[in-house]
Amino acid sequence: MRSSAMRDLMAVTARPEVISLAGGLPDTSTFPPQSFAAQMTRIAQESAAEALQYGPTEGFEETKDCILQVMGAEGMLPEAEDVIVTTGGQQAIDLVCKTLVDPGDVVICEAPTYPGAVPVFCSYQAEVVQIECDADGMRVEELAAVLERLDAEGRRPKFVYSVPSFQNPAGVTMSFERRQRLVELARRRELLVVEDNPYGLLRYSGEPLPPLYQLDGGDFVLYIGTFSKILSPGIRLGWAVAPPPVMEKIVLGKQASDLCTSTLTQYFVREYFAEGRWREYIEDLVGIYRQRRDAMLEALREHFPAQATWTEPEGGLFIWATLPSYIDTSDLLAKALREDVAFVPGQAAYVDGRGQSSMRLNFSGVDEDEIREGIRRIGKVISEQVGLYRALVRDSPGMPGREAEDMPDLSKTEPSSGSDRNLTLSEPDEGDVLPFRKKGSAG
Amino acid sequence: MKVAVLKGGRSLERGVSLRSGARVEDALERLGHEVVPLDAGADLVERLTEERPDVAFVAMHGPGGEDGTAQELLEILGIPFTGPGVAACARCMDKVLAKHEFRARGVPTPDWFAFNETAFGELGAADALGGIEERLGFPLVVKPSRGGSSLGVKFAAGAEEVPAALVSAFSYDERVLLERFVEGRELAVSVLGGEALPTVEAIPTGGDRYDFEARYEIGRTTFACPAELSDADSAAVVKSAIGAYEALGCAGFSRVDLILAEGGPQVLEVNAIPGLTDTSLLPMAAEAAGMSFEQLVEKILDLALKPTAA
Repeated sequence: MRSSAMRDLMAVTARPEVISLAGGLPDTSTFPPQSFAAQMTRIAQESAAEALQYGPTEGFEETKDCILQVMGAEGMLPEAEDVIVTTGGQQAIDLVCKTLVDPGDVVICEAPTYPGAVPVFCSYQAEVVQIECDADGMRVEELAAVLERLDAEGRRPKFVYSVPSFQNPAGVTMSFERRQRLVELARRRELLVVEDNPYGLLRYSGEPLPPLYQLDGGDFVLYIGTFSKILSPGIRLGWAVAPPPVMEKIVLGKQASDLCTSTLTQYFVREYFAEGRWREYIEDLVGIYRQRRDAMLEALREHFPAQATWTEPEGGLFIWATLPSYIDTSDLLAKALREDVAFVPGQAAYVDGRGQSSMRLNFSGVDEDEIREGIRRIGKVISEQVGLYRALVRDSPGMPGREAEDMPDLSKTEPSSGSDRNLTLSEPDEGDVLPFRKKGSAG
Repeated sequence: MKVAVLKGGRSLERGVSLRSGARVEDALERLGHEVVPLDAGADLVERLTEERPDVAFVAMHGPGGEDGTAQELLEILGIPFTGPGVAACARCMDKVLAKHEFRARGVPTPDWFAFNETAFGELGAADALGGIEERLGFPLVVKPSRGGSSLGVKFAAGAEEVPAALVSAFSYDERVLLERFVEGRELAVSVLGGEALPTVEAIPTGGDRYDFEARYEIGRTTFACPAELSDADSAAVVKSAIGAYEALGCAGFSRVDLILAEGGPQVLEVNAIPGLTDTSLLPMAAEAAGMSFEQLVEKILDLALKPTAA
């Protein structure tokens, strides 16, 4: 089952009676309409002509001030000149690929990875190599092994894409040790890491961890952020932070794509931050999402069969559940839709058809009652399939009661196996150039 | 003429149906008809009663729109509609029922065994699997009985793959069939008003034969129309296709999918309302017969209004 079949299935999830745990939607219903109205009115009254005009390709300085505040809240201190305002974080991913990736280039990402990044990598004809995750995020030892193998083939990946905190879709967070190791590895190899951090401020438990950008100081980490999950995805405002040589190319790419990011929504963000309550709003969201996460975890314990495992995220919007290998979650979705509930089949997060027995569950978009009911319904269809499978394999000689997982259990930390299955590497690319150089160095 | 185009609905083939519907609407407008697009939902009867169309063009695929349900409503409302009637739709949608009809009327179809979920859950049908596998051989094909396109259709290369394939197929219907895999050329014969259009051959360019995606996306499968067939093969294929179309009582138009094996054609299924998208096989066959999409749509309307026009 591939993208268009998935699209057709997902089209059905949009029915109003369906409880959708499939989306990645933040809850925008708690944003006070009065302050939205007041902010937009102020813009109309005081800056109508400017707000309706084109803006600079890099974005307004005032927007960058807001971005620096958000990044500062996680301990990052970039220079405003290293920031470009983009049309959502998604455009930042697109621009990075547009700037750096030539057809056939290797791009490394996590397994599973953000489903929305897969079509971007594919549209630039990157060869995607996925590195397994466990409960501590991407297995950096495995990354090192893969890089060595690529070396032996004379190939050099253009970048490593990672969502280190509360990963989409797995919900796992890269440990401090692995963050350090990844940053060291990048520095030693002069390898670019693209850190996508949409959820960093949405932590519900555990201690904050420094972003890769902070650990590295921005030399080998290109940072992508967004207002989507801390304010609104509808305003389509994100950003990238990159050092000057890369930034110049990104600005040229942005110019070609859409000239500039929406001026109107940049004015809105400026007004909103000027009110000074943006952190309180995030605290409100954190309170709401924490309860929803807890409701989903509790419902999973109650309604999912013993053979299922799932991650327990400390933040973000997603839980990743893995079922026995004989259950294909794309087919399960068809059954779930008859019960009016939806999720994202795990295959969407892989480039090679893996993830068949996993699913992504979103807990931010619907309230606790719907989460409990949705999980109950999914649990019911899974239990029916487990029961059916058991009836099918009973007394069959030579038929192992295959409950074993094909997939690594992301709910546990596992020692690195150096596994490289399913990696497909083609001929060395002789003309490969260094994707990125340290500031001030040659090239 | 006022034409209601029924599309969408709740089936898993909603997306394809919306594409079929949109293309039909464009053609109807170009033909000068008044078009009423209807995304089939809870207000379908209300909308039809309100609009009182002269005829309904049913562009729905999968259960709900292609299984006789929408057709029954249209009959009750007294609105003429395109494509096969209630009973034919019901027979086409249910592959097990269809295969029994084929057998009864001498239309060749691969051997099969069908089960419902109760048989496995309560009657211990799992114990019969070994015998079935022995008689059908491997690889075998596991399919949901009702369900359009190839959602839930899996190949099992050996006994160990059968249970998971059954679990997948049962996700789409409470009845599934295990069918003998027949090696051969994949053909589709579109039948318009009882006449066969030029045969289309689907030539997979790699990957799984039964891939839902490949049916709707350009590039995964190449199609040849008319298929290069000897006169004898062509005659046998058309005979089987018309036989299958008639066995199920189809009218207006339908598409018969079959395999041309060593020993002759074997009919797999009949699609009561085949896709009408840019990449669908019925429009492709019509084009090969010298008909534009508009002419095809007009002909289908004529057949709905004057069933004897064929």
